[in-house]
Amino acid sequence: MTTSYMIWLIIGCALVTWLPRVIPFIFVRSIQLPAVMLKWLSYIPICILSALVIENLLDTESQSFVTLDWPIFLTFIPTVIIALLTKSLSITVITGVMIMALVRFFV
Amino acid sequence: MTTSIHSQDSFWQGVKDCIPTLLGYISIGLAFGVVGSASGLSIFEIALLTILVYAGSAQFIFCALLLTNGPATAIIVTIFVVNLRHLLMSLTIAPHFTQYSLLRNIGFGTLLTDETFGVAVTKHMQTGKLSGKWMDGLNITAYSFWILSCVIGAFLGKWVATPEKWGLDFALTAMFIALLILQLSSVNKSKIMHYLSLIGYMALIMYGLSYIVPSHVAVLLATVIVATIGVVTDK
Repeated sequence: MTTSYMIWLIIGCALVTWLPRVIPFIFVRSIQLPAVMLKWLSYIPICILSALVIENLLDTESQSFVTLDWPIFLTFIPTVIIALLTKSLSITVITGVMIMALVRFFV
Repeated sequence: MTTSIHSQDSFWQGVKDCIPTLLGYISIGLAFGVVGSASGLSIFEIALLTILVYAGSAQFIFCALLLTNGPATAIIVTIFVVNLRHLLMSLTIAPHFTQYSLLRNIGFGTLLTDETFGVAVTKHMQTGKLSGKWMDGLNITAYSFWILSCVIGAFLGKWVATPEKWGLDFALTAMFIALLILQLSSVNKSKIMHYLSLIGYMALIMYGLSYIVPSHVAVLLATVIVATIGVVTDK
């Protein structure tokens, strides 16, 4: 059933996802990164995490201009408050999912 | 005290620290399995894709492009761009593991995902270090649950109701929100305004870029731009 084309396609995709993941781990061992680079990298966590959150808040498809995805945004606000209050990953994820289900049910 | 420091570094602590992310892996994994079988992939192909590619967004896009009969080169290039953000994550994490062997480093890199990256940088902010055993515990737990969920999803196929209805698609977003808040709350008080202004820039730039490029490209470009703004505006 599975064609060799499909196998090679999957292997190709695996290779291009694997290389960006491992190359820094291989090369950072032998070179000392310059201070400005390390400073730049210290901003990456907050930047990537906020970019991933904002990506989910934007609705780029249903209208001709980019808007907020309202059901997601309605869930986002209480989820942020819960995260601020509890500082807990599990509680935030579980209540976030429950609020999303409620919002989908009513909106 | 010694035992608590030791246990913070252990494999089992890594497994424990992975638990809050599992709802995200399980729900998205099940959804992927369902989507994969609906896209005409066999269970074997879904398992192979999950084991070898191990990246939610890339796997979904693989199915979408397969359905539109995209050429192999287009699929591979798109997947490459979608996952290029892992290069930045890997660069951020890798300097903490230079004392480990090359083979172990390749292992850490191979199993790096958005979620394990988020958990690891938060751990580093809270404890000031990262241990290899802890990282293995985190990575192996996440990887096993991802494979299991995708394959179960593939079996469930058309019988499972839409995961969106149950709000499960929000699990990942909620996790990124919590990780972001945890990052911000461990930032030095004097720097908090700087970080908040960067998030403001991020919102503007993400919005602008969303008109020009697909959202996964926007995430990558906006991260590079805003991290640079961060360095330039740093006092």
